Amino acid sequence: MTAVAVPPDADSPACVLDGEGVGALVRELRARGRTVIGPTVRDGAVVLAELESADELPYGWGVELEAGHYRIRRRSDTAAFAHSAGPQSWKNFLHPERVRQWSADRGPDGGVTVRAERPEPTSFAFLGVRPCDLRAIQIQDRVMTGGRHRDDAYEERRSGAFLVLVECTEPGATCFCVSMGTGPAAQPGYDLALTEVLDSAGHRFLARAGTARGAEVLRSLPRRPADDVTRTRAREDVEAAAGRMGRTMPPVDLRALMADSLTAERWDDVAARCLTCGNCTMACPTCFCTTTEDVTDLTGDHAERWRRWESCYDLDFTHLPGGSVRTSPRSRYRQWLTHKLGTWWDQFDSSGCVGCGRCLVWCPVAIDITEEAHALHQEALDRRAGGKDEAP
Amino acid sequence: MTAVPLPYRVVGNRAETTDTRTVELLPVGDGALPAFRPGQFAMLYAFGVGEIPVSVAGLRDGVLTHTIRGVGAVSRALCAVRPGAHVGVRGPFGTGWDLATAAGRDLLVVAGGIGLAPLRPLVQAVVSMPHRHGRLNVLIGARTPEDLLYRDELEGWARPYCGVTVDRAGTDWRGQVGVVTTLLDQATFTPHDTTAFVCGPEVMIRATARELLHRGVPARHIRVSLERNMHCATGHCGHCQLGPLLLCRDGPVVGYDRAQPLLAVREL
Ligand SMILES: Cc1cc2nc3c(=O)[nH]c(=O)nc-3n(C[C@H](O)[C@H](O)[C@H](O)COP(=O)(O)OP(=O)(O)OC[C@H]3O[C@@H](n4cnc5c(N)ncnc54)[C@H](O)[C@@H]3O)c2cc1C
Ligand code: SF4
Ligand code: SF4
Ligand code: FES
Repeated sequence: MTAVAVPPDADSPACVLDGEGVGALVRELRARGRTVIGPTVRDGAVVLAELESADELPYGWGVELEAGHYRIRRRSDTAAFAHSAGPQSWKNFLHPERVRQWSADRGPDGGVTVRAERPEPTSFAFLGVRPCDLRAIQIQDRVMTGGRHRDDAYEERRSGAFLVLVECTEPGATCFCVSMGTGPAAQPGYDLALTEVLDSAGHRFLARAGTARGAEVLRSLPRRPADDVTRTRAREDVEAAAGRMGRTMPPVDLRALMADSLTAERWDDVAARCLTCGNCTMACPTCFCTTTEDVTDLTGDHAERWRRWESCYDLDFTHLPGGSVRTSPRSRYRQWLTHKLGTWWDQFDSSGCVGCGRCLVWCPVAIDITEEAHALHQEALDRRAGGKDEAP
Repeated sequence: MTAVPLPYRVVGNRAETTDTRTVELLPVGDGALPAFRPGQFAMLYAFGVGEIPVSVAGLRDGVLTHTIRGVGAVSRALCAVRPGAHVGVRGPFGTGWDLATAAGRDLLVVAGGIGLAPLRPLVQAVVSMPHRHGRLNVLIGARTPEDLLYRDELEGWARPYCGVTVDRAGTDWRGQVGVVTTLLDQATFTPHDTTAFVCGPEVMIRATARELLHRGVPARHIRVSLERNMHCATGHCGHCQLGPLLLCRDGPVVGYDRAQPLLAVREL
């Protein structure tokens, strides 16, 4: 589904784009008919939106993040990508909030014809995909197209998307990609990877291609061969970022921890705080759950099937004619966390969490997935210690 | 294409009980869905109303047969379809009963209420291949005698035993009253050499499995069909999760060795 990977440095050695090079990249991608989506400042947040030019990038803006807290702030430099995850993620474009799946018409004779929704041909270019978010995209790929049944519309949007990754040099206080093994350095799957470098030698980007189509775009940009100073600086900045993670996960097998924690007391503690609002699931770049809406027009002879995001925190999510399965907030928070960190492995052979920190930031009551995991880990240790004490 | 319903024509709709009907469907056009296996389910779409999971309750002569109990908007709309009308069908979905792996073994079929519907094609298959398996015992629980499904067929299922019990009955009922497990004493089977197929309300599944384990039927030879909310049936909507399982994909039929620890956790 993704474009053919070429060995890095093969036909497209790493090169350097100057500050204006990103402008040329946006122009080039647009000239190729792509809708370029990237970060830009709107209404007090760095959001993802269509960019007409690189001028709209958030030059000189950073973000201040904490559990339950998000604020943009001016930086002392003009870096364009010195901000971490905002309220949206790329799933807003690849797995949109609401899509029509098919429509049906009933004729005068009662006969029904169903028309599948033809996915609109889209040709996105995502500019500024973080390594954790690239992993999140790959995780949704597995869910939507990796199983027995493929979601054709997702496949269409995804295979048409050109991914420009930007390595992380400015992690937020809520980031823990190192614990999840997803960042801050680039991992395979991008078309182009950039590392932003800003020093006395100027504002520039170390660039390399990960696919043939990435290499082709790179060749059409004004660039110069990568010099050692830029290479070293880029590597050091990313390494430094890895050492400045704001959060960690307990260094244990999280899947096993979740499987062992189904009856933990901690769930009561978090349930007393959680509002079951579902914000965390809407912000999370991997959460994929949806519901269906069947609608008809006034004649009653034209019907449509829509699919929209839904949250496992909704009481109706587990509706059965006899009542919902998960009624208590305890069971709904437990479902979310154990799915993210545990049972996702059973279902899709990967973690469902990439450590982007969005769920903490956008939680109105500052519930922190890392804190909950640490608490469950501690409870498991206590349980084991207690068990030993009781043994003869 | 498993995301878009294929129109099927209603060719039969008969009452089983006051709230339950059996609907027969044939494809409208040339194309038909792949063959269903006993235990698998379809997503049935009532025009403009909605779509629900319904097990296949019969497969003879290429007619897709479903027995539906009207409990809400969609199931009632499906019960009300008239012959000639169109219904949208997607499928087949899910794991089946996997009868083939029970060859040579005694079979124990235990049904509660509408749970008999998904078991019917399994029983029909067994009856049509008399030498493939050991003894067939069919144990049926219903709320009242009036709620009993497939009354005319039950006699043919006693190979050697088909019993019925009801929760409550009027004075004219000569049969048994009580939970379905009370019928086990009349069934003849060698526990360790038996495969059980169980479908019904979750409490009934748990009680039945507990009793079967107690009598020595191995957990992995107890197959249960589980129910959760389902919207997509294609593994994409997340609704049908039971811990590690996506029941539209890993179920609805699950070995009790996997199901037992999951069903033991409240509200999982
Ligand atoms: C694998 C499987 C096989 C089934 N086989 C049969 C069968 O053979 N015969 C039969 O009568 N019933 C069967 N059921 C149960 C049947 O699907 C529900 O009774 C039906 O969904 C109720 O929908 P409703 O709109 O009539 O009722 P409501 O309770 O009003 O439901 C509202 C909506 O919730 C959703 N919903 C409700 N219950 C379920 C459910 N159990 N599963 C998935 N979605 C649900 C649907 O979108 C439904 O439209 C089966 C369920 C499953 C999961
Ligand atoms: S669970 Fe939280 S930290 Fe993990 S990927 Fe989702 S939003 Fe990011
Ligand atoms: S954890 Fe926070 S964001 Fe998620 S449902 Fe609970 S209150 Fe809402
Ligand atoms: S019904 Fe949607 S994932 Fe199983």
